[in-house]
Amino acid sequence: MTSSAETTTPKRPVALGEEFYLREQSRLEQMLGPEWYRLLKGVVTNPLSVAGLIIILGFIFMAAFAPVLAPPPTPNWKTTLIPRDGFKPEPQPPGTEWKRNAPETIPFWYKTLTGRDEWVHLLGTTSGQYDIFYGIVWGSRTALLIGGLVVTTSALIGIVIGSIAGFYGGWVDEVLMRIVEVFIAFPFLVAALILSSILVPIFGRSIWPSSIALVVFGWTGYARLLRGDILATKERDYVLAARASGAKDLHLILRHILPNAIFPTLVVLSLDMGAIVLSFAALSFLGIGVQEGYADWGQIVSFARAWILTLDKHWYIIVYPGLALLFYGLGWNLVGDALRDILDPRLRGSRS
Amino acid sequence: MTAYIVRRLLILPVILIGVSLLLFAMLQVLGPVERSALYVRDIPHTEGAIQAIIRRYGLDEPFFVQYWHWMVGREDPETGEIVGGILRGDLGFSRTGREPVIDLLKRRLPPTLELALWSMIPIVGIGIWLGIQAALNHNKPIDQAARVFAILGYSFPTFVFGLLVLLVFYARLDWFQPGRLSTQFSQEILKPGFTQYTKLVTIDALLNLRFDIFLDALRHLVLPVITLSYLSWALLLKVTRSSMLEALRQDYVLTARAKGLSERVVINRHVLKNALIPVATIAGSTVASLLNGVVITETIFDYPGLGSAAAAAALSLDVLTMLGYALFTAVLFVVVNLIVDVMYAVLDPRVRLE
Repeated sequence: MTSSAETTTPKRPVALGEEFYLREQSRLEQMLGPEWYRLLKGVVTNPLSVAGLIIILGFIFMAAFAPVLAPPPTPNWKTTLIPRDGFKPEPQPPGTEWKRNAPETIPFWYKTLTGRDEWVHLLGTTSGQYDIFYGIVWGSRTALLIGGLVVTTSALIGIVIGSIAGFYGGWVDEVLMRIVEVFIAFPFLVAALILSSILVPIFGRSIWPSSIALVVFGWTGYARLLRGDILATKERDYVLAARASGAKDLHLILRHILPNAIFPTLVVLSLDMGAIVLSFAALSFLGIGVQEGYADWGQIVSFARAWILTLDKHWYIIVYPGLALLFYGLGWNLVGDALRDILDPRLRGSRS
Repeated sequence: MTAYIVRRLLILPVILIGVSLLLFAMLQVLGPVERSALYVRDIPHTEGAIQAIIRRYGLDEPFFVQYWHWMVGREDPETGEIVGGILRGDLGFSRTGREPVIDLLKRRLPPTLELALWSMIPIVGIGIWLGIQAALNHNKPIDQAARVFAILGYSFPTFVFGLLVLLVFYARLDWFQPGRLSTQFSQEILKPGFTQYTKLVTIDALLNLRFDIFLDALRHLVLPVITLSYLSWALLLKVTRSSMLEALRQDYVLTARAKGLSERVVINRHVLKNALIPVATIAGSTVASLLNGVVITETIFDYPGLGSAAAAAALSLDVLTMLGYALFTAVLFVVVNLIVDVMYAVLDPRVRLE
């Protein structure tokens, strides 16, 4: 592909008639195609979305190096469970000595950054003595996993349903869109709350009840959005031309329509990567998500419910996991917002 | 336009039947044995007794037969009385509320209504005002600040924001307390001297000329109202801002300026009037975010409304109470959206023509 592109695309602007010039394309632009290239360029040149990307990369780094940042107490430890230092109900402030279940290894960064030889509870403990630092570090894995899993599944379902509705139209569209309307008749969190409370007896307290509930009520946004974009795309000349030359429906959708209608969906995808994790955390906070002691940010905050009267003393149960959630949401929202600005044709050209 | 409104009204029952089918289907995820527990207060411990309940309530019948009985009720083969039937208002017995679900919903509705109504003032006032200011100062510092404010609003989980508000204004400063009323007043409003006309404490207090109770209720509303509004500001601000920017670009604005109208008249008469129509359409989303928001907000601020009842039910897996709340929110949401769409068609001539 690149070799043919290189021969056909000259290195210097070429005169077309008298006043039209073909813009010079970089190698990257030839590889990605104009739309993807414009997206990528927009995201890496906008300071807000760069900040968002840095935040997201930070969380990916935290998730990837979790065993170095917060080593589990024993090599065979089930890493999704936060180690607990005893059973005392009273939360302990940051810097408290770590007596039981402390990690055996001391990582290289620990002594230089904290100046200590022994593990302490860097960010304090919750009631029940779960280490907050461990929970936040390993919670980034939970967040990325839940976000990726739920968003991918709901986007796939939404894309399939939206494509079918938009492409075939008629009664198929009518039926599918009425079904979508039934699902969006419920406020999202309320719907997810009831479905996950029904699923808890079946799956037990794990990531599954809330994740499934978030998918069941989360795909509709993608279906509606994509259906609209496909309606607009399928009447374009190149689609009609492909259809006239005898292309099959599936080929038309996958090769000609979807690649050109998918861009607005990307915005929602990015925004949802943050929003879904915040919803998951909200369900955990309400006591419907994972079991006690699971490395999940919302689950850590939920301990604060029992300490409302003394929150000023036990602020660290809320503030640290709360900051993790806020920054995680912020990162994806900044990127999603920038994508929206790049893709919105009405805003195109309004910025220099 | 009449055709549009008629079409929307015809779809309404279809959606409502769909909503009830979906709720019922979710309930069917539980097996007959689990569902038998929904109909009784004390679970009998013998296998035979559970089978008797399943037979009595027809929990092993085909899906649509059960759905029909769930909707309109079913005759109890032993006593001959009709049991169940959500259309009859029988939503079952709330395990967490220790009363029929319908009574629980009725009792918990007024506090939530009061909270939602008070929240509308800052949501609409400040949200729209900020959006207008941001658009009028496009790309200036106030616009950038509004942008950051909106993104922060989207990213802040309600429960973290609410807990932080509680941390600062209750635990540290002790300016406001959680709950709905102080202890002495919550006893007093139940006494014969205080007539509960509307069950909304702030309004009842004014009607009874009890300004001390009014102020106390208002003090308790401040924190949950702030938490609820912060969520909705972001969306309202964004929509108002972009709708204003759109309107400012229109030719009629240019014409208005060209004929020498003052900027104030241009904004008030030409821009605002057209820019605020699309803003009205997100009334539906605002109601949805309130119905989502009260579940968490009322739980954090220990406010005795529908939301905290739903959260308590979810915590102990009390499915029937959850079902009642979900049904209530869905019907309310569908009806609000219908009203909004019809009003939009009336207000915006472009929709009428479609």
